[in-house]
Amino acid sequence: MRDLTNEIMELIRRTSSSLPPDVEKRLRASIEKEAPGSPARGALETILKNIDLSRANSTPICQDTGTPIFYVHYPVGWSTIKLREQIRAAMAEATKRSYMRPNAVDAIYDNNTGNNLGGEDFPYVHFEEVEGEDLTIELMLKGGGCENVGRQYSLPDNSVGAGRDLAGVRKVVLDAVQKAQGQGCAPGILGVAIGGDRGSSYIKSKEVLFSEMGTRNEDPKIAELEERLTSEANEMGIGPMGFGGKTTVLDTKIVGLSRLPASYFVSVSYMCWAYRRRKLTVRGEEIVYD
Amino acid sequence: MKQLTTPISDEAIRDLKVGDAVELSGMMVTGRDAVHKWMIETFIKKTRAPEGDDLKVYEELKKLLYGSIIYHCGPVVAGLETKEYRIIAAGPTTSIREEPYQADVMKHFNIKGVIGKGGMGPKTLKGCEETPAVYFHAIGGAASYIAQTVTRVHGVFKLEFGVPEAIWVIEVRNFPVVVTMDSHGGSQHAVIDNSSKKVLEDLLARPF
Repeated sequence: MRDLTNEIMELIRRTSSSLPPDVEKRLRASIEKEAPGSPARGALETILKNIDLSRANSTPICQDTGTPIFYVHYPVGWSTIKLREQIRAAMAEATKRSYMRPNAVDAIYDNNTGNNLGGEDFPYVHFEEVEGEDLTIELMLKGGGCENVGRQYSLPDNSVGAGRDLAGVRKVVLDAVQKAQGQGCAPGILGVAIGGDRGSSYIKSKEVLFSEMGTRNEDPKIAELEERLTSEANEMGIGPMGFGGKTTVLDTKIVGLSRLPASYFVSVSYMCWAYRRRKLTVRGEEIVYD
Repeated sequence: MKQLTTPISDEAIRDLKVGDAVELSGMMVTGRDAVHKWMIETFIKKTRAPEGDDLKVYEELKKLLYGSIIYHCGPVVAGLETKEYRIIAAGPTTSIREEPYQADVMKHFNIKGVIGKGGMGPKTLKGCEETPAVYFHAIGGAASYIAQTVTRVHGVFKLEFGVPEAIWVIEVRNFPVVVTMDSHGGSQHAVIDNSSKKVLEDLLARPF
């Protein structure tokens, strides 16, 4: 089996320092919506300068290099034990090279491990066997500021009059955006999972964030709700960094899961504008980075 | 654009209003969750006895913070092995987590400014009026950009808290911020929270 440690380290470097083009495009487009000279526009201008600078110098876009979330789709024949070892080795080396901040803190004893390697769950790695020949490794870096403003609702929720239906889902998602204010580094991207248990619901609300900006749910009813939520969230005028302005949410992605008759969870994962996700594909001898 | 260099006078602070864009220069120190908790417990409420180099660091901090700025930031730092530190990425972290501590810390050390992101609550706003001090909002996530304004790392305290939580003594030039909480009771965050709440109420009343 091929050793991918160096390639994974390159994936980490790219993810941390080079924002995906679809995200950057949305941010550039949103500038025109904010009044010249306004703090909102100033914030977006600084954000764009920072994107260029990080890419040019291979430095982290954000100093909070976040929770590293790996999704590995592997064909038959690859060892997940070895892949996990390589991911961990690459993560330690990327930290040494300052592509990543040492971010794994033992929650009981408060000590930072210094190399981004915590227990089994840090970095978080999800393996999935797939048909075909290609191996893909996707990486998302999700910062703590935006993670902290994520919310989970158990419907019905009387605080906003949300019942167990899509009308109720809409209400709690809007509530989550209002409560987040600028603290999740708006403009944000919303990953929403409806259903599941508390655990699977939160996980799916993040998984859906691996899709590109503007990817709509196949169900037209849900796709319409995605568009509507983005537009209504922007009516609230929270704006970039919470300074006030027209750009609060760049996109909304919704996924539906099975639920128990007794449970109706809505999980909202808020992704900051520094929406760092990159992919590595191994196709025979060839290595392709997106 | 206003220019301010630390140490900052009370008059200069009183002169600042919500919405002012400012470029900051001079010495400042980083401090976030672990630091604020440690300051409160060890030196302000004294619920825990000083240990190790606590008192020595405290004496240094009293000098460094007087009239100066605390920056809510957990940077990415290179040169850890050689101790020739370079700040690679240094954007602000979310400030609201320091809400229980900030006003007391500000008053205790006579801090003139807090840099962070996301804003803070009524207790800190009152602290800003009384100290006086202001809250400077930096652009969250603009870490490479802000790191370029750090001209020198003078040292580090409490590295045992971990790189992000340590106290980094830095010198900056033209660090861009916006005043979002001033020393006259003004808070852009309270304004936006209220206005967005009203819109939310309208949205919730809208038929599906």
